[in-house]
Order: sequence, then structure tokens, then C-alpha cells
Amino acid sequence: MWAKRALFFGVSILGLSFMVATLLSGSPAPREEAPREATPLSPGEAGIHEIASMVDQQFAAKWAKLEMQAAAPADDLTIMRRLSLGLTGSVPSLEEIRAFEAANAHDPTQWRLSRLFEDRRFSDYLAERLARAYVGTEDGPFILFRRHRFVTWLSDRLQENQPYDVIVRSLIADAGLWTDTPAVNFLSVTIDQDAEQDEDKRPDEIRLAGRTTRAFLGMRLDCVQCHDDQFGDHWKQTHFHELAAFYGHAQSSLMGISDTLEQDYKYQYLRAETEEVVAPNVPFEAELLPEETEGVTQRQRLAAWVTHKENKPFARAMVNRMWAIMFGQPLVQPIDDLPLEGPFPPGLETLAADFAEHDFNLQRLIRTIAATRVYQLDSRADFEATIQHEDQWAVFPLTRLRPEQVAGAMMQSSTLRTANARSHVVFRIITFFQQNNFVQRYGDTGEDEFEDRGGTIPQRLLMLNGNLIKERTKNTFMANAASRISALAPDDPTAIEMVYLTVLTRRPVEEESAYFAKKLAGLRKNRRAQAMEDIAWTLLNSTEFSWNH
Amino acid sequence: MNPLDLEAAACGGATHFNRRTILKAGLAGLGWLTPVAHCLARQAEQDRSGKPAQSVILLWLQGGPSQLETFDPHPGKNIAGDTKAINTALKGVQFAEGMEQTAEQLSSFTLVRNMVSREGDHERATYNMKTGFRPDPTLVYPSIGAVLCHNLSKEGVEIPRHISISPGQWPGRGGYLGDQYDAFKTNDPSSPIPDVTARVPEERFQRRLKDVDFVERAFAKGRLKDLEKRKTLQSTTIGRAVKMMSSDQLKAFDVSQESESVREAFGDSPFGRGCLAAARLVEVGVRCVEVNLNGWDSHINNHATQGARVATLDPAFAALIRILKERELFERTIVVCAGEFGRTPSINPGAGRDHWPHGFSIALAGGRFRQGYVHGGTSPEGEKIEHPEENQIEPGKGIAVANIHATILHALGIDFEQELITPVGRPMSISKGHVVHELLA
Repeated sequence: MWAKRALFFGVSILGLSFMVATLLSGSPAPREEAPREATPLSPGEAGIHEIASMVDQQFAAKWAKLEMQAAAPADDLTIMRRLSLGLTGSVPSLEEIRAFEAANAHDPTQWRLSRLFEDRRFSDYLAERLARAYVGTEDGPFILFRRHRFVTWLSDRLQENQPYDVIVRSLIADAGLWTDTPAVNFLSVTIDQDAEQDEDKRPDEIRLAGRTTRAFLGMRLDCVQCHDDQFGDHWKQTHFHELAAFYGHAQSSLMGISDTLEQDYKYQYLRAETEEVVAPNVPFEAELLPEETEGVTQRQRLAAWVTHKENKPFARAMVNRMWAIMFGQPLVQPIDDLPLEGPFPPGLETLAADFAEHDFNLQRLIRTIAATRVYQLDSRADFEATIQHEDQWAVFPLTRLRPEQVAGAMMQSSTLRTANARSHVVFRIITFFQQNNFVQRYGDTGEDEFEDRGGTIPQRLLMLNGNLIKERTKNTFMANAASRISALAPDDPTAIEMVYLTVLTRRPVEEESAYFAKKLAGLRKNRRAQAMEDIAWTLLNSTEFSWNH
Repeated sequence: MNPLDLEAAACGGATHFNRRTILKAGLAGLGWLTPVAHCLARQAEQDRSGKPAQSVILLWLQGGPSQLETFDPHPGKNIAGDTKAINTALKGVQFAEGMEQTAEQLSSFTLVRNMVSREGDHERATYNMKTGFRPDPTLVYPSIGAVLCHNLSKEGVEIPRHISISPGQWPGRGGYLGDQYDAFKTNDPSSPIPDVTARVPEERFQRRLKDVDFVERAFAKGRLKDLEKRKTLQSTTIGRAVKMMSSDQLKAFDVSQESESVREAFGDSPFGRGCLAAARLVEVGVRCVEVNLNGWDSHINNHATQGARVATLDPAFAALIRILKERELFERTIVVCAGEFGRTPSINPGAGRDHWPHGFSIALAGGRFRQGYVHGGTSPEGEKIEHPEENQIEPGKGIAVANIHATILHALGIDFEQELITPVGRPMSISKGHVVHELLA
């Protein structure tokens, strides 16, 4: 029996070594010689390069006007890292880097996006990011379970690239139980489960109106919840409450979320004597709102208005959010405070118009943004880069990664293969708990995820001494890349290059190679593994690792 | 050179020390610190006479403690349930059974029995109590610990100045002041503090740090001017983290350095140990320590649920007041004992009490708070207390949460009407409440 086990173990190790050896030795084919793989575009992708270059021209014009230089294009691996962090919440694996370089695609960015869109990690991660704006980040065991159901539903929609307007209409207007119509969680998450009176256990119109305008229209109409606008805009308190009134018929029962004509939204305005019934109305573009018709709920009317192709704030808000997810910061700050009439920064109107024109195709939007020169700029420059250059997108902005991106990247960089849904279940479970624990200690930024926040001491302590970094760098053959590389890389330069690729998604420059080669020189076995562990730890603690650049 | 001279020398430029102050300091109970840490700690509280309090200890009773089973029983009335009352140090004032030690200490603190709020949901009410503001989707307000760290001196403190021990779901946040003001989260002081110990020997750790420096220089090349200062704070935070790792002040967390009799007085519970650690932490200059006691949400089986928590709270709260007095920390520390709301006077069919923001209790000790004073009261019939408009102080109405914040901030010498600038450029005063002068001596 033991012999059989030993044989099995031996074969497993052999297989593993073979796989690792393949990954390690897969030096890229020289680019010039191999034929470049053409990436056929689907009908939904035609013309994206034209749109991208229109966007680029607008930026170039702005830079020229400001007499500002722009950075040179970044290299392919840097762009690959940005795409992976923004769209999967992690750095690419060595396996992916090898495949990317081997493909030697004609348009590496679009080639990579085609792979990402097929990957469940993409839709899961994007769904999680969007869910923050739709249902918030509240937890508690019950909410967590419902939220998970909601995020899975949203991920399925993104995986099949359902038009964004269809998704949003479901969120605003769907009826039913949260279990089989998960979109209704958009409403049910606002129910006060602890309310003293049963009649108060219903969707909260005020919170819903706030979410609707912020998440879908990129506007902060909830600022006028209590009084008319005092900051110079023209919003009135009535605008907000008339919008809230569209949710006035929504109720919650054993049958889930539904609409009833037996109740209306009431509100007592500032300086009013009594509460009054508020009739639903929209704050602008009223001609886009469908007439009241029997059988059409008020929520359906609102959904039709919000997602109307000519209701420009709808497309603009999503462009701004997607831009933020991909770049690390929104085109217009803050993310949910876009002006109704402008002025708008370069790119926004062009991207928004194209997004609306092509049936709110999210993958097309991502492809177009990624195709711009602006997205592909280096974060380094051969002139003195300043905050002004960043503000004008003339160099790629440096942004702090979100906690789950740092955790995700740390876990990915500790293994050579892609950590995804196909990974072993035990690996995924460990990963899930380690990641959650890390995010909790690192400090989740909550819903306002694009606020610029400073680094904290607890974050730094966690990176220096935390459990995750210890587990993911310590010298165990099974658990981390550094030891595997140490054991299997043929020579020191290869070993150093592998660590750089797995952690920082780039090759070391000569100076770096030499610096670390000195540390490895003459070391063998355990001591070499220890030195490799030190290099991995060092790179994980660098700014380069925990920032998007 | 004798040890005391060493101490003085180590303090270097901090000129306010002389042998006598250090001797006095030694007697007050900081003997467990090394000379340097000792000086730093003293620096944090030099020349204290007549100055306002500098620290807050928040005993946070998460879930909603029942006023009827703690500070405000109505023995013999319908709303009392099975709860019996005991006498306190103050004639005519009774607490619920189980609060014996705290009852004895009432001669040292202020009790407000007519607290009101407009929040009946755990998360919203917790936010309301910790920040003094109701949740506002346009702005996240800082909790009181963050305000203290922002407005009071950080001189001489090497460890986080805002700490949450056994944090529940919603520990104090920096809000618009920034994440650097978030509470540092740590667990039961019987276990080590997370993440402050290097995972490799010192020499190897230092080598690693040197390598990080090397990698940083390479990254900065060609990138944003003043990268460190404008954006990353990488070496600043590493420097401060490493300083904290080797700081003697970390010993303040270690309650095992106290004698057994001191530890016993606080009760053998994470909360009791947390209270003892809190006293040690304010001693070295920490601004705000939150000690969390979970499990007050007694929708079913109220009597037993509350009773079990009271058994933990009572010795810890009383011992905390005693030790602060013994160590001459009482005047420079404000202790707040509160939860997010109270519980209904009526008892539900599951023998539980539900959420009740319409009349609940909060205890305030230390600083300038009056010793042996009870403010307001609730109706023996369980009627709601009315919430005042705009946080006004009105006779016959309750005390709004914002007013407790204003009063504490005032007692700390913080001008709470000053406006801070939020990240979006909106000026915002620290508190919108009014000082309740009756609570202060």
C-alpha cells in the first residue's frame, strides 16, 4: 500500500515538476520572427480603433493647449498588468504571461481582452466592483448570503455580455423573490429588517432614489433630500422626492418585491405644515419618460427613462465608472458627481455616445478604453512628471491598489499557474479565507472606492509582518512560487527573472539582476530558497507591487 | 551616571523634565517602561495640572444594552420584567441587580438616563453614536477617536493613538479625515498584537528593508516628482511601522505585566483585559481606546442575555474607574460607557426586548464630568421621550447624541464649532451639538 502511495506521490511530483519546468523555460519567441496572430473582431467591436483615436485626438488637443508633453507608450506587459488588475483584481500568472508572449498577437491588448472576457474571474470581479455601487458593502451573515446571490446573478449577465441598459432595467423594475430574481436585491437591501412597524418593512424610497441617481446617472441628487441646492446648482428638494416617488408603490411580502397601487410616497417638505402625497416625476429630460399606462408600473417607467438612449447621464456615468475601474481613478472626480450640462473632459462624450449607440455593450466599452493611447501611456516620462500631468492623463496615473487587488495579486504571485475557478478546491478555499482576512485588516474602502486615501501604518505592518505574506513567501514547496523557482530554475538570472515576472509582471533591468544575483551567488538548497524568499518578500513590499502604474 | 540621569539624557531636547517630575512619574506606576519610553510617555502628559482631559476610553456595548437591566431599572413596574434593583452610592438612585460594583462607583461618574436618537438600526445607530452625526450619503464623518487624534498632540507616542480592542463590526473610522485615523484593531490582550513582530530574525529583516530601498529607487526613476511625499508615503509608513515594532510602548497592551490582583479585579474576560489595557494605553498617551463588548441584542430571552453581559461589564467598568484614579489618570481621561440604543420597555412574546432609541442610558466618567450625578429619567410606564428639534437642549425632552459629543469635545478642550475642510472642499464643523453644561463640574 505504501509503495502505491509513494508511487502516486512520485508521479505527482514528477508531473508538477514537468509543468513548472515548462513554465520556467518558456522563454518568449523573438517577436520579429514569429508570425503575429491576427485577432478577428466581432461585429460588436468594429470601429473601436476609430473611436479610440477620436478620444486620443481630444486629449492631444488639450495637452497642446496646455503646452504639456505626454509620456511614451508603456510596454505590453505593463498594459497586461493594468488590464488584469482592473478586470480580474489580480496580477497575471506566469502561465498567462507565457501564453501572452507566445501568442505574439498583432494587437496584444485586444488579444488579451478576448481571453479575459472568456474568464469567469473577469465577470466575477467586475460584478463585485459594480455591486458596491448598486447594493453597497453592508455585511452580516444573512446580507452576505443575499449579496453573494446578487453578485453571482450580475456576474452571469456580464459573462454573457448582456446590454447594460437591460441589466439596469432589471435592477430598477424587476419583481419577485430575491432567491430566483436576484436583481430585486437592489430594492430589498434597503428594507429596514429591524423596523418596529411591519408597514415600515418595505423598500426605502429615499435610499433608492439616492442610489438610482448616483449609481446609474452619476449625480448626487440626494444632496437636496432635505433642502434646495445651496451650491449653485438648480436642484430643488422636490426633484429628489418626485424621483423617490417612482418607488412609492414597491412593497415587500412573502412573495418578494412587488408593486401595489394601494400606497403612495408621502413626504413633508421643509417648512411645509403637513405630509403630502408626492407624484412621481423626473428632474430633467421629462420628454423621455413614458406616459402612465395601465399595466406599466412606476418603476418600469423610471427604468425606461433612466436607461433611455438619449438620457446622456446614463451612458456618461458608466463610462466614468469603467474608466475608473480600468485606470484606478475616474475621468471626472468624484465618480458620482458629473455635471448635467458639462463641461466634460476629453473623451467622455465620445465614449458615452459610442456606448449608447452600440446598445450599451460593456465589452466594447472596455475594448475601446483599452485601445486608447491614453490608457497605454507609460507612468514614467523622460521629462519631469508632475501631478498636473497626471490630472490631464498625460502620464498614466499612479493609484493605490484596492485591498482585494493587493491580496489577489499576492496570492497569484505565490503560484506559477493561474489561480482561477479551475484551481483546486482546497486552494480556492484557503485563498478565499486568506483574502477575506487580509482585506479586513488592510481596511476595505467601502462604497466610495475611488476616494484617494493615504497609506496607513496597519496596512504597512500587514505587508511587512502579516500572515498572508508569511504564508505566501515561506519556504514550502507546495505553497509558493519562490521556493519552486528556487528549486527548479536552472540558474540565478532565470530565477530572478521568474520572481520579477510573477510578482511585478516585468523582467528585471540589468542593475536589478546584478543586485539580486549577488545575494544568490554560491547559495544552495535551503539557503538559496531563503534568499529567494527574501527577494519575493522585498518585491511584494515595494510601491511598484501595491500600486497601479 | 545613575539611571535617572540616563533618563533625563535620553529625553534630550524635551526640556520640561527634571529629576523631580521623573521621580514622581515613577511613583505613579509606569515602572514597566524602559527609561526612554518612560520619558516619552511622560512627555505625553507633562505638566497636567488644570489641563483638559486628553484621552477617551469608550466602553462600547454593541447590540443595544437594556437601560432597564443596567442603569435604569423600574423595579415593581410592568416594564421591569423580572429585574430587581439594588441601591447605589447615591441616595435614592437604583441600578439593576448585577451592577453592584458599578453602583458603588456612581459617586465617581455622571449618568444620563434620558438619551434619545433617531436611529433604530444597529449600523446606523452605531455610526450615529460614534460620530455624533446621522448617516449621510454625501459624507462619512470621523468617529470621536479620529477627531481626538486629529486635534490633539501626537508628541511622544510611537504606537497607534486610536485603538479598538476586540473590534466589532464597526470600529471607529477616520471618515473624511482619512484612513490614517482609523482605529488600529487588536484582539483580546491575552493574545499577541497582530502584525507587529517580524517573521524573520532582526538582521535578516533589516537586510530585507535595505533591499526594499533599492527596489524603490528603481521604481521612482522617471516617475512623478516627489512620489513619496505627494503619493505613496512608502518610506514614511515603513519608518513608522518599524518604529512601532520596536517601541517599548507596545508593552502597554501586555496586561500580564500587571499583578494578579489587579487583573482579577477586571474580571477574567477579554473585555475586562481590554479595559485594563485601555488604562495602560492612555497612560502612554494613546488618545482613544474603544473596548468592545458584543452580544446585547436581546430580541429573545432578554433577561438572561443582558444578565450575562452585565456580569462582564460590572467588574471591568468599576475596576477601570478605580485604577484610573489610583494612577492619577482620571482627570485626563474620559470614560464613556454606551451602546447604540436602549431596549423597549415592553417585553415581546419571545421574552425579549427590541430596539429603543427613545430613552436610554449613557455613563460618563473622568475629565470634567461631575462625580455622582444623574441626569434625566425615563417614564415608569415606558413612554417615549421626545427628541429635541435641531439638537436643542429643551426641558422635558431627551438629550440628543450630538450634544453628548459636543460636551465631551468641550471637556477635552476641543473647539468643536471649528470647521474642518472635507476632501470635497465642503467645510464642516466637528460637532453640530450643544454643550450640556449640567454634566460638567
